[in-house]
Amino acid sequence: MFQPQWEAMSREKLEAVQVERLNAVLTRVYERVPFYTRAFDEHGVRPQVASLDDVGQLPFTVKDDLRSNYPYGMFAAPRRDIVRVHASSGTTGQITVVGYTQTDIDNWADLMARTLASAGATADDVVQVAYGYGLFTGGLGVHYGAERLGAITIPISGGNTKRQVQVLQDFGTTVLACTPSYSLLLAETAEEMGVDLSSLPLRAGVFGAEPWSENMRAQIEQKLSVTAIDIYGLSEVLGPGVASECSEQHGLHVNEDHFLIEIVDPETLQPVEDGEYGEVVFTTLTKEGIPVIRYRTRDISRIIPGECPCGRVFRRMERVSGRSDDMLIIRGVNVFPSQIEQVLTGIEGVAPHYQVILGRKGSMDTVDVHVEVAADTEFDEIRELEELQRRVRSEIQSALAVSIGVRLVEPRSIERSEGKARRVVDQRGDA
Amino acid sequence: MIEQLSVFLENQPGRLAQACRTLGNAGINMRALMVADTEQFGVVRVICDRPNTAKTVLEAAGFGVSVTGVYAVETPDRPGGLADVLEALGTAGLNVEYAYCFLEPGENAAVNVLKIDEGDARDVLEAAGYRVLRPEDLYEPDDPS
Repeated sequence: MFQPQWEAMSREKLEAVQVERLNAVLTRVYERVPFYTRAFDEHGVRPQVASLDDVGQLPFTVKDDLRSNYPYGMFAAPRRDIVRVHASSGTTGQITVVGYTQTDIDNWADLMARTLASAGATADDVVQVAYGYGLFTGGLGVHYGAERLGAITIPISGGNTKRQVQVLQDFGTTVLACTPSYSLLLAETAEEMGVDLSSLPLRAGVFGAEPWSENMRAQIEQKLSVTAIDIYGLSEVLGPGVASECSEQHGLHVNEDHFLIEIVDPETLQPVEDGEYGEVVFTTLTKEGIPVIRYRTRDISRIIPGECPCGRVFRRMERVSGRSDDMLIIRGVNVFPSQIEQVLTGIEGVAPHYQVILGRKGSMDTVDVHVEVAADTEFDEIRELEELQRRVRSEIQSALAVSIGVRLVEPRSIERSEGKARRVVDQRGDA
Repeated sequence: MIEQLSVFLENQPGRLAQACRTLGNAGINMRALMVADTEQFGVVRVICDRPNTAKTVLEAAGFGVSVTGVYAVETPDRPGGLADVLEALGTAGLNVEYAYCFLEPGENAAVNVLKIDEGDARDVLEAAGYRVLRPEDLYEPDDPS
């Protein structure tokens, strides 16, 4: 652990710190950010809490609020105290800007050093930062953390894959930081170049900035001979360094001394029980440049109940499994297509390619999940295929808590797409 | 053992025709075909020339295919012929997963295809006096390359 005094503190102490920091940040935004002054006044809420139970009273912040206050309207520090900005493009084209004070940059470096340390890195390591440098938070975020850790930091940025492989080989890189999909491209390129990655000192990777699955982790670990660690962050909250897996690789510890995490039902916006899926909401506790109160990430995850054997006090969020924009409501139950994907990756004999067909029988919605049989399945015996179908059905039903039908379909028969896969076909209007 | 193709097919009009056409276009001749089906999908079992080539060709056309080892046993074409074979297997404690038969024209003999998962069925069948067919007795095997 990079900062055991924080990472392994008692739950009780942590919550006291959270309340104290939360009150400071509430005062700060109420006094300095007109958007929040208005939001609190309109909600009739005082910018103070007595305990964490009061957090549910506070107003939410959404991405649009950042857009409509573009560029600097949400900043809570005087212009002269801001030392850096980053920006995220967003899918609508309108960019949003986030600002950092020197204290923010310092905290960020600590948090990223924690992240790298939780992947097993120390000052003896050589960290190749293959995230893009620039307005994107990935490159510089990891960079400062690696330096804070005392590691040799290679600011290679993204792209130029052959050179990446060369550097990986010549500089004795031990830890790689990039997106999971880029790591696979690197592995393929290395293979084409005749470089055997398993013979190199490379041993760990911190991968984030895009969704990936357990299957992909297995692939990366095998092809790059690394321990692959999932990291999570978003520029509106900080950038990388919000949460990270430890060596247990079972959930991402949220740096709760800096960020308050809530999981809420995306429809009702009410908090859900630990262990239930919902939308992840963050409140920054220490940010000065651009603090956010109850920022709705649109990411779907859940808190993994229980303590982690690694000794960190911070609660774990599960790897992000989808976006709340994709949520379906089936017979009153919230369903995220990504939950289906998660089930499928755990079942041998089927591919994680599926389509959810919504239909209507009388007044009842029907849900049929079409699932591709894996191409290397033993297709011979009907009994085994039926057993597979039953298993897929019962596992999806228990994950979604809603009754569905499952149809096994031929390998590669579900339409592939370059970008966002078409996972849901709604035929309810056709009837 | 001989090699049998098992092709996974959704229950859709024309899908079996597509599979057969794909084999036909590749110049692969079929010796026997049997469909096992459920409400939603079926498995088509095929004995054909060059089974591994056939698998490649079908996969390239988007079908899910596996090659399965099955026994082909020659029996006299007379009443009770198949019952005798099955009794020999039953006595030896071997379970038959599925079976289908076809006639060799002019040979006065039936070929019984048997899927048996456990044990050495060949020994049992030969000890009972049956001829267990080799691939080259039934179809043109793949090139050894």
